[in-house]
Amino acid sequence: MRFARTPHVARKERAEVAAKAIFALMAAAMVVPLVLIVGYLVYLAWPSLGWEFLVDVPRRGMTEGGIWPAFVGTLYLVGISLLVSAPIGVLAAIYLNEYARDNWFNRVVNLAVINLAGVPSIVHALFGLGAFVYAARLGYSILSAALTLAIMTLPVIIASTREALASVPMAFREACWNVGATRWQTIRAVVLPNSISGILTGIILQVSRAAGETAPIMFTGAVFFKAVGRGELFPYGLHEQCMALSMHLYTLATQVPNVKESLPYATAVVLLGSVLLVNASAIALRVWLRGRKKW
Amino acid sequence: MSPENAPDPAPVHRPQRPRWALLGERAFEALIRLSGVSAIVFVAAIFFFVLREAAPVLVREDFSLGQFLFSTEWYPTSATNVRYGTLALTVGTLSVTALAMALAVPFGLGAAIYLSEFCSARVRETLKVVIELLSAIPSVVWGFVGLTVMSRLIVDLTGAPVGVNVLNGGIILALMSVPVIVSIGEDALKAVPDSYREAGLALGATRWQLVYRVLLPAARNGLLAAVLLGVGRAVGETMAVLMATGHAVHIPQGILDSVRTLTANIAAELGEAPAGSDHYRVLFLTGTLLFLITFAVNLTADFVVRGIRRK
Repeated sequence: MRFARTPHVARKERAEVAAKAIFALMAAAMVVPLVLIVGYLVYLAWPSLGWEFLVDVPRRGMTEGGIWPAFVGTLYLVGISLLVSAPIGVLAAIYLNEYARDNWFNRVVNLAVINLAGVPSIVHALFGLGAFVYAARLGYSILSAALTLAIMTLPVIIASTREALASVPMAFREACWNVGATRWQTIRAVVLPNSISGILTGIILQVSRAAGETAPIMFTGAVFFKAVGRGELFPYGLHEQCMALSMHLYTLATQVPNVKESLPYATAVVLLGSVLLVNASAIALRVWLRGRKKW
Repeated sequence: MSPENAPDPAPVHRPQRPRWALLGERAFEALIRLSGVSAIVFVAAIFFFVLREAAPVLVREDFSLGQFLFSTEWYPTSATNVRYGTLALTVGTLSVTALAMALAVPFGLGAAIYLSEFCSARVRETLKVVIELLSAIPSVVWGFVGLTVMSRLIVDLTGAPVGVNVLNGGIILALMSVPVIVSIGEDALKAVPDSYREAGLALGATRWQLVYRVLLPAARNGLLAAVLLGVGRAVGETMAVLMATGHAVHIPQGILDSVRTLTANIAAELGEAPAGSDHYRVLFLTGTLLFLITFAVNLTADFVVRGIRRK
């Protein structure tokens, strides 16, 4: 049964509908740019896109050709930075979630993680230049750039790993302690196996972040151009400088005159495409694993 | 029979873990603790190494900190009279950030409210994926979009002489900081206990009345933190503003003026400044300034969030 609507109730309900519509529009305003931007970039990039574009080297002063050296360079940087940041990040998260008591020292550690996440990328670049390139005498090299990237991605790996660890129910740990296991045995036998999927998803997401960064590598090890064989798999040594996709896009867009119209767009599409692909697969993996969870 | 005279109990066989396993565990736990404190080490190292490169210029007689902070004259390569005033750059950062927040805060909070209060679970999951993808777009791609697509649009729609300006940078930065505001804002709304909602609905409030009479006041601190983190992201953003705001070191007169921000200035000039020169050191000093600004913003956001947890 429903009461007759008074003018007050009618007004209330109109306000409700209007509010819902406005908020829905605001939410939709986030979807639209993503679709428009990706669509428009792909449309403009279309003439250049293809397998040949990926494996060919830049030609004629970078105004034609492909992006192979930049693509491989990005793989190098991301891979090496991950080798450093993933172990430290996961161990730090284990410390914060499994060992740390709630005291002033660990609050400072937490604040440090939050602040590390908020440091601007260009300040990371300055740090990399001051610490790795000059103080550690690594010079402008893949190693310097990858280490800079590693420190930049560390807080996000810590955050995502902590979230994965925290999602393991406390009762699991208590059951394990009660049969006499130590803290570390509990972590190895119970906590990690139950959270490894979440940890991996977080790390995969981090890969895509690192791949898109430009400022931190610009002054520590990435260069405008480096001659590399077409499709060559291991063109760089660790102490050499390398090209990177993000940097290559910046260069094509702002520094090189008379570039073939579709070339920077195609570079942007490859960068954006790889980042979104890695991201989407991590999200899909997470959704799939969540469906299989037993608790 | 007194307990002292009791015969020894039969020896219990306690399986012992081998010595190496115990030592290994100790060593590993030490490694875990070491990694745990690494965050402090890295934050301190960042401050130390950036300040170390900047320090020599601070003690020079012809360098004045007042001029560095409050002069609008930035002529780092002038042959006769070199001046390092960053006020115009600071104002550039502030103007772009302010415009970005004016756009991103209403949209971000609106979307957060929609996500947590109005939409179905299925729509929510979809939108959260979109937000995650949006936040994954690299800043150099945003900058490229600003430089090409957005700048053409702005020239066509407003008739401005150049399309790379405050408006362009503001829109791009707004799109970049919206995901942060939405996800943190949604968390803040989620943290309001359901009993508040039930009490409101039981009194006959509509969802909208519930939102602005109950949820917004209750989640105020969390929403403020969301906005602050958005500001932090916008202030620290480099590549996007480098490409989208044009390169004019002056106080902007309107939103169609080109500006340069603190971050973009470092990125644009660091490559040209010889290592160890005054110019190079002043750029590091700008980096120190940026570090301190974002440090303060993040710290404030954290204290604001901690405020709600206490309650």
